[in-house]
Amino acid sequence: MPEEINLEIFNADPLTEDVSDAAPEAAPQAATKAVPALDTAAESQQILSDEMKALGDAYAQALQNGAPAEIQPRLDYPPYRSSILRHPTKSLQHADPETIELHSPAFGHMDVHALESDLTIQHNGEPLGERILVSGRVLDGDGRPVAGQLVEIWQANSSGRYIHKRDQHPAPLDPNFTGVGRCITGADGSYSFTTIKPGAYPWKNHLNAWRPAHIHFSLFGREFTQRIVTQMYFPGDPLFALDPIYQSIVDQDARDRLVATYNHEQTKPEWALAYNWDIVLTGSKRTWTENEALGAEGDDHE
Amino acid sequence: MSKLTPTPGQTVGPFYGFALPYAKDRELLPPGTPGSIRLQGTVYDGAGHPVPDAIVEIWQADAEGQVPQRTGSLVRDGYTFTGFGRCAVGNTGVFTFTTVNPGPTAAGAAPFISVVVFARGLMNRLFTRVYLPDNEETLAADPLLSALDPERRRTLLARRDPDGGLSWDIRLQGEDETVFLDFEGAAQ
Repeated sequence: MPEEINLEIFNADPLTEDVSDAAPEAAPQAATKAVPALDTAAESQQILSDEMKALGDAYAQALQNGAPAEIQPRLDYPPYRSSILRHPTKSLQHADPETIELHSPAFGHMDVHALESDLTIQHNGEPLGERILVSGRVLDGDGRPVAGQLVEIWQANSSGRYIHKRDQHPAPLDPNFTGVGRCITGADGSYSFTTIKPGAYPWKNHLNAWRPAHIHFSLFGREFTQRIVTQMYFPGDPLFALDPIYQSIVDQDARDRLVATYNHEQTKPEWALAYNWDIVLTGSKRTWTENEALGAEGDDHE
Repeated sequence: MSKLTPTPGQTVGPFYGFALPYAKDRELLPPGTPGSIRLQGTVYDGAGHPVPDAIVEIWQADAEGQVPQRTGSLVRDGYTFTGFGRCAVGNTGVFTFTTVNPGPTAAGAAPFISVVVFARGLMNRLFTRVYLPDNEETLAADPLLSALDPERRRTLLARRDPDGGLSWDIRLQGEDETVFLDFEGAAQ
């Protein structure tokens, strides 16, 4: 189970690009009372949407002219303003992975307690919001299940607020919800979490910027080259078209791979709605022994 | 087996601080353990400012060059070297790990630590390597390093500190931009 939440460790700052003289923060209690003043200096959604449309149109044109489909977000995607100084401008260097990169750290049930996959039982009471089940499989690019590996998730609560000192969104914290989960995949690559549907939350990219509801996922494969952090979204979110983080993946098919599917068969009557989302890591670069290809529980490495 | 298209990455965002860090995440060995070293550095953006909301992971062979395959990275017992560490940088962009010098994983191979970087504002993770600076001969024979021009190659070499530790900065952009790696070829 998560340790006591230590607010002092939270140092990320979504409110300002300025590192050295960030303003002292208001106490979170005070911030929840006030509706923040609109930042009149901020750019409008229209400006951002126009930029995103131009990039999307250019991509569609390139596709028509025979360019290959893009399957990852663009590192250089100016509509997400914080990316401007944080993306490499030189081409990534092709490298053949070597020994260490062809293996992954081993995680197992020594690392993760079975109860950590239920985000609704971490406190004394039931969290507020819509209870959901999120499950799927982790596969590598060859379709092999990634067994016995670590999956970590984190998210906002049902009102769109993160347990994070710098999240000053004046929406209530939920004393019964932290928003962190972990699990170890099963032999078939399966994972499953019980949680609460996160709310949309506002951010400072531009005026009236809202992130579509999402759950952050962190995944390990069986090779370190397969390491990935991503976000899972919910079907039909009206904010998709407006969000520069989602739109940084310019290809619609690729974007769709981040959207979970509602599953009524798995929905539990009078309990929770079920969503499915499979995650595909990059292909294997290593020659597999038969045992490895069959998959093994993490603790078998011990 | 079928070929599947990988799921895209997304930025780690600003709010991983209550989720990804864990106790002793950056201590592959307890500080002060005989043979342990400090690996430290700063993550910088394209303006040369420290990035206060990046998270760095390392993965490496042990001192003998063996690839660790032991669990226990998340719940450290203080004795088992798992080869994996994670460090959310502080307000000054600094990361610090306690680890060992990795041994060569094959005869004549240049030892390096595999690194992956995440940050708010960084759309997808970046892979890189930090090489031990000590053996010119093996470094000269390394396939990746020898494919780089000298100015770029420098960015992957750690400096050896007087206390035996390693210093190495990560520059996401700019003049001395770190060499980041693509293992997928054209797919990236």
